[in-house]
Amino acid sequence: MGRDFVRRLGTWEGLLLAILVVVVLVNTLAVPGYLQPQNQINLVQLSVEKAIVVLAMTFVIVSGEIDLSVASVMGLAAVTVAWLSGEGAPFPLAIVIALGVGGLCGLFNGFWIAIVGLPSLAVTLAGLIGYRGIARLLIEDRSIGGFPDWFARLGQQPFLGPLPFALVVFGVLLVVAFVVLGYSGFGRYLYVLGNSLEVARFSGVRVARIRIATFTMSGLVAALAGVLLAARLGAVRGSTAEGFELDIITMVLLGGVSIFGGRGTMAGVILSILLILNLRNGLGLANITGNTQTGVIGVLLILSVLVPNLASSARTRWRRSRGAAAAAGAEGP
Amino acid sequence: MRYVRPEQLRELTLVFIIIAVLAFFATQIPDYLSGRTFTRISTSVAVIAVVAVGQTLVVLTRNIDLSVGSIVGVVAYVTGTLLTNDPNLSPAVAIAVAIGLGGALGALNGLLVAYGRVPAIVTTLGTLALYRVALVELSGAKTVTTDALPSWLLDLPATSLVSLGALDIRPLVVLALLIVVIFQLGLRYLPYGRRLFAIGSNPDAAQVAGFRVQRDVFAAFLLSGALSGLAGFMFLARFGNITVVAGQGLELQAVAAVVVGGVNIFGGIGSVVGALLGATLIDLLQQSLIRWLEVSEFLRDAFLGLLILLAVASDKVILGRLRTIWVRARRERDGSAAAAEASHGA
Repeated sequence: MGRDFVRRLGTWEGLLLAILVVVVLVNTLAVPGYLQPQNQINLVQLSVEKAIVVLAMTFVIVSGEIDLSVASVMGLAAVTVAWLSGEGAPFPLAIVIALGVGGLCGLFNGFWIAIVGLPSLAVTLAGLIGYRGIARLLIEDRSIGGFPDWFARLGQQPFLGPLPFALVVFGVLLVVAFVVLGYSGFGRYLYVLGNSLEVARFSGVRVARIRIATFTMSGLVAALAGVLLAARLGAVRGSTAEGFELDIITMVLLGGVSIFGGRGTMAGVILSILLILNLRNGLGLANITGNTQTGVIGVLLILSVLVPNLASSARTRWRRSRGAAAAAGAEGP
Repeated sequence: MRYVRPEQLRELTLVFIIIAVLAFFATQIPDYLSGRTFTRISTSVAVIAVVAVGQTLVVLTRNIDLSVGSIVGVVAYVTGTLLTNDPNLSPAVAIAVAIGLGGALGALNGLLVAYGRVPAIVTTLGTLALYRVALVELSGAKTVTTDALPSWLLDLPATSLVSLGALDIRPLVVLALLIVVIFQLGLRYLPYGRRLFAIGSNPDAAQVAGFRVQRDVFAAFLLSGALSGLAGFMFLARFGNITVVAGQGLELQAVAAVVVGGVNIFGGIGSVVGALLGATLIDLLQQSLIRWLEVSEFLRDAFLGLLILLAVASDKVILGRLRTIWVRARRERDGSAAAAEASHGA
């Protein structure tokens, strides 16, 4: 059993857990009361919208694609809510329309990728620029606030016990994502798609349909996160959520999901979300600016792919040299 | 028809579209076909074109470089600061510093992608943030201002090197055209250029054929960084005032120019001239539309996104089909020629 534990630690998830423990320990020693529930809730709340999109992005990347447009969809949804309510639409209707817009953005991406067969990198790069452009077109350089009280309360006050609404949404979606990716047929198909498109096609998996569903879901979830972000911030601008895709993709890849698709688990992604949030918080406590924190995230993004690569090539080399040594031993006397 | 490859058809189409756009707006906007329009568009295309040439090299190898905007910003800022501190610095040294610094930043990308096997999208998304962060830290929120820069630099974008009638050709434009010509010829005739196409068409085959794929991909990123460095210098000369957001979003314009210019995002197909034409068309459309519709410049991004999508889609749907037809026609011709030769021999 001891051995089993050690083997678990040797996995990517084990490594993340170990680093997470160290980061939390250091933070706790530096700041008394760091581990108190309220502080942890505050810490997650500051990035909960990104964490929600991370769940959807995990699905996209596991299926071997990428969605660079999520931050722009978040911004567009937030702007849509603000703009519609500014034009006099009833607020709940504005929210529903904003979610619909997000779903449509995702469907639009999915159409070009699954039906026309364009690379998701190019399509969602166009989306990254285009959806942000539509958001800017809608409210130009204004900042729109003045949302109804219940909406602001939803974003800023505790909703269930000490938990704010966005955190509850995240918790529910996390459970759903965990079950769907790990234990459902749909999740299994995503891994097949990511591992080998050929195998998926020849096995009769409806590739186009799954792709469209994945991207539509990604757009819808991003829009939901955007609306929640608007509620928390209380005001929306054309640049809301700009650049969030960096953090989101970093959290997914650091969680052990392969950028080539087909590999990774929700457990790793959760650990990586917690790790990045605690790291950012710790850096903030150490008086390191948000700018430098972004730099740290950039380095983490590269390291999360570089380190496994270097480790695997080192392992191959070691095996080869051991194999050569064994062969030399066998040839000896 | 015999000597026109599908890619050249794409370039010809772009030239025709550019002419059609010019003709259309000439009827719509008074005083459109003037020296001023030409100067404005050509100087703004010059900076993007140089970045797009580097991007072309990288995209040809089936990679992408999203960090170019940050490289342009860092280089413009560092070079500007150097010139502010020492106005007597010779132009040659300033340009060398710009190219060298850009090349160093590009080399880091290349190292990670080629030798660390980190996918280009991950690497350059990371360095896009990293180089920008470095710039913010480096600058301490100070900006480079026009009045502190030497006059030769500030006069550079406004002087005209050659005048063709009403058209003034600016030194920056000449520099950009020179870069385009050099790299077009290099890609076509140098072994390194041909290897980039081979690597992008089929990286595994290129490896099996004994090409040093890692070294060539590394060099492509290095060149992309060096060209972005040069573009950073041009950016400094053109604007003078450099803040920490200088060059932000340039990577998207460069990728757009390359894709609209017919460089295949899957690598292996495309040309530097195509990238120049793509950059020209995008800039022409954007500037003319803003003047014609009198819409705010906020339209620009929405429009750019749509253009990229249309370019990639048309490349896939129309050119893909043309390519198949072209290959089949050639195979038939070769087949019939071989058959004729065989019967002749018999």
